[in-house]
Amino acid sequence: MVTEVVKIENLTKHFPIVGGILQKTIGYVYAVNDVTMSVREGETHGLVGESGSGKTTVGRIIVKLTNPTSGRIIFDGEDITRVKGEALRNYRRKVQMVFQDPYASMNPRMTVKSALLEVMKIHSMHKGSEYEYATKLMERVGMSEEHLYRYPHELSGGQRQRVVIARALSVEPKFIVLDEPTASLDVSVQAQVLDLLKELQKQYSYSYLLITHNLAIIKYISHRTTVMYRGVWVETAPTQELFKNPQHPYTIALMSAVPVPDPTLRREKIILKGEPPNPIEKVVACPFQDRCPYVMDVCREKMPPDTDLGSEHLVRCWLRA
Amino acid sequence: MLLSVRDLIVEFYTYRGIVHALNGVSFDLDKGEVLGLAGETGSGKSVTAFSIQRLLPANAKIVSGKIVFDGVDLLELSEEKMREIRGQRIATIFQDPHTYLNPVFKIERQFLDVLKYNDPEIKALENKKEAERIAFEKAVEMLKKVKMPAPERVLKMYPHELSGGMKQRVLLAMAYSLTPDLIIADEATTALDVTIQAQVLEIMKELQKEKNLSVLLITHDLGVIAENCQKAAIMYAGRVVEIGDVKKVLISPKHPYTQGLLKALPRTDKEVELVGIPGTVPDLVNPPTGCAFNLRCPYAKEICRTKVPPYTLEEGSTVACYLYGGK
Ligand SMILES: Nc1ncnc2c1ncn2[C@@H]1O[C@H](COP(=O)(O)OP(=O)(O)OP(=O)(O)O)[C@@H](O)[C@H]1O
Ligand SMILES: Nc1ncnc2c1ncn2[C@@H]1O[C@H](COP(=O)(O)OP(=O)(O)OP(=O)(O)O)[C@@H](O)[C@H]1O
Ligand code: SF4
Ligand code: SF4
Ligand SMILES: [Mg+2]
Ligand SMILES: [Mg+2]
Repeated sequence: MVTEVVKIENLTKHFPIVGGILQKTIGYVYAVNDVTMSVREGETHGLVGESGSGKTTVGRIIVKLTNPTSGRIIFDGEDITRVKGEALRNYRRKVQMVFQDPYASMNPRMTVKSALLEVMKIHSMHKGSEYEYATKLMERVGMSEEHLYRYPHELSGGQRQRVVIARALSVEPKFIVLDEPTASLDVSVQAQVLDLLKELQKQYSYSYLLITHNLAIIKYISHRTTVMYRGVWVETAPTQELFKNPQHPYTIALMSAVPVPDPTLRREKIILKGEPPNPIEKVVACPFQDRCPYVMDVCREKMPPDTDLGSEHLVRCWLRA
Repeated sequence: MLLSVRDLIVEFYTYRGIVHALNGVSFDLDKGEVLGLAGETGSGKSVTAFSIQRLLPANAKIVSGKIVFDGVDLLELSEEKMREIRGQRIATIFQDPHTYLNPVFKIERQFLDVLKYNDPEIKALENKKEAERIAFEKAVEMLKKVKMPAPERVLKMYPHELSGGMKQRVLLAMAYSLTPDLIIADEATTALDVTIQAQVLEIMKELQKEKNLSVLLITHDLGVIAENCQKAAIMYAGRVVEIGDVKKVLISPKHPYTQGLLKALPRTDKEVELVGIPGTVPDLVNPPTGCAFNLRCPYAKEICRTKVPPYTLEEGSTVACYLYGGK
């Protein structure tokens, strides 16, 4: 049986824009407008979309760094959208988030050891055996005990990202949001980190939400993938199926636009017209209407319905409805 | 041959010591050719670009080498002559538009200034009003060429009012408006979303073909190189380690570093097992002796640790590695 570790339903997040002498709300940044998705036990679910499409905000909502405007978050079958106090502390132990820039997410004045022990202390984990657990974690991420005594600037980019991953693992979470975890790394090092994430998942059944704009990484490591546009999910499918059979015009354009390092392949690219959307405009009807080559009247009037294409492939587009 | 860089050595003087940023960079670029320059962070791609433009920071020094552009060694030119070349013959587009667009002025002011100071025809005009008008027309025409919607309106905007893709297109329009012979694009599309990057690269391709320009396309994305360049050069620790026809370099790479890079690359076009390259890039304050890749290379032998490998021609590609050359 498949168990869904995390499920989000119709999530929205609108950031108020405050202005004027009275500091009143004069508008909103419509960051997340309707996202529904789930992550299963031991699964990597990829979340792709262009810059500003709301991916990080979705991740931050799930780990409760910010509250949604509306919608629900279900964790292990329980609605945790509004949990507080002890229940929230408990939740924080089960979910972790790894950010893009490993340098920015580490305190430059703290050794690796202090950083790891601090997190364990905050969550009262491994009482009395924190140090032993820290050395175990270092091993787990392919580093050695000696690295515990280093400061962030004494580590390479790949090593720093490993430490950040080790820190996330130190509270033994079930679920980890990985926000562009290798974006600051060179390809030769990126491969090491991606394989580490895969290996850890195999051994400990972690569930990942992998946020990235890199489709090649999605193809390499995600089991299922959701595509977002302007804060709305527009297509979701098992990754292999999505690559073989993309259905949403944005997904199709995105896949055709990715440069492929094979100079013998000559592909026709779909070049989209227009600019990225403005997030302060409310999303009514199809979020992709301004750039879609197939736009019809109905697309400007109503949000396309969720269309189930079978084999867990869902799309939101009037062409497929 | 439009551009020929030979044995370029560049050092930076820092509190940590001397950074050996370029350790003998050599490559050629023909007229009308698009050469891709790839390599990991810190390998010296940008320093190479800055050297060609002679825009290195004060703590840098070109120790030796030649940069021959259209028959003239740029390193021998006076600053005044060099300024002329920068304005009219070699244009650069960088990743970060802020290095080129001043946030406090409207696009119009900046675009027209570029034309008034550098465009020979407009510069020659006596009547200032007339010069402004012609420059304005030319700016609009160039913005149309880069497929900018509503160019007149864009000219009245400040840089922050434009999206990343629009800013990059403004820079393209400015760069191409001077009809340079050589365009250096340093990660010009890296910060853009893929669909926008595709738009911008398409425009660059059209302009390049139309004017038969030479382009040095710097990027760490081998996909961008495969789809836009005829030739590819791979840099490692301040040296070009392999250069050749893009098909040769990317399909049958010769240098162990190029091979490793391609094996580490996740791809959308096929299923792959990734193999990372062990270790990390060398510290250029204390670079290893011999081949800079020797600490990470699975084939390293004795001589690799003592002497820098010379270039050899191997099946059409030029490679700096002791595995080749019949020794
Ligand atoms: N705290 C905030 N206050 C106001 N607006 C915000 C805030 N955080 C994010 N936004 C806006 O919400 C939108 C979505 O941002 P988000 O960071 O989630 O996008 P993203 O998909 O992660 O983009 P990227 O790929 O660039 O990281 C953007 O327009 C962003 O500017
Ligand atoms: N102003 C500077 N002072 C000291 N060292 C510098 C300076 N600029 C560059 N370097 C050093 O020169 C080397 C080459 O840097 P360069 O910027 O050319 O790399 P790059 O290949 O462009 O990398 P990236 O892909 O990150 O842009 C690096 O080791 C870098 O640290
Ligand atoms: S609903 Fe209409 S505008 Fe939206 S993606 Fe489908 S065809 Fe295009
Ligand atoms: S010269 Fe030696 S160390 Fe360098 S890449 Fe070739 S075999 Fe490897
Ligand atoms: Mg983000
Ligand atoms: Mg650079």
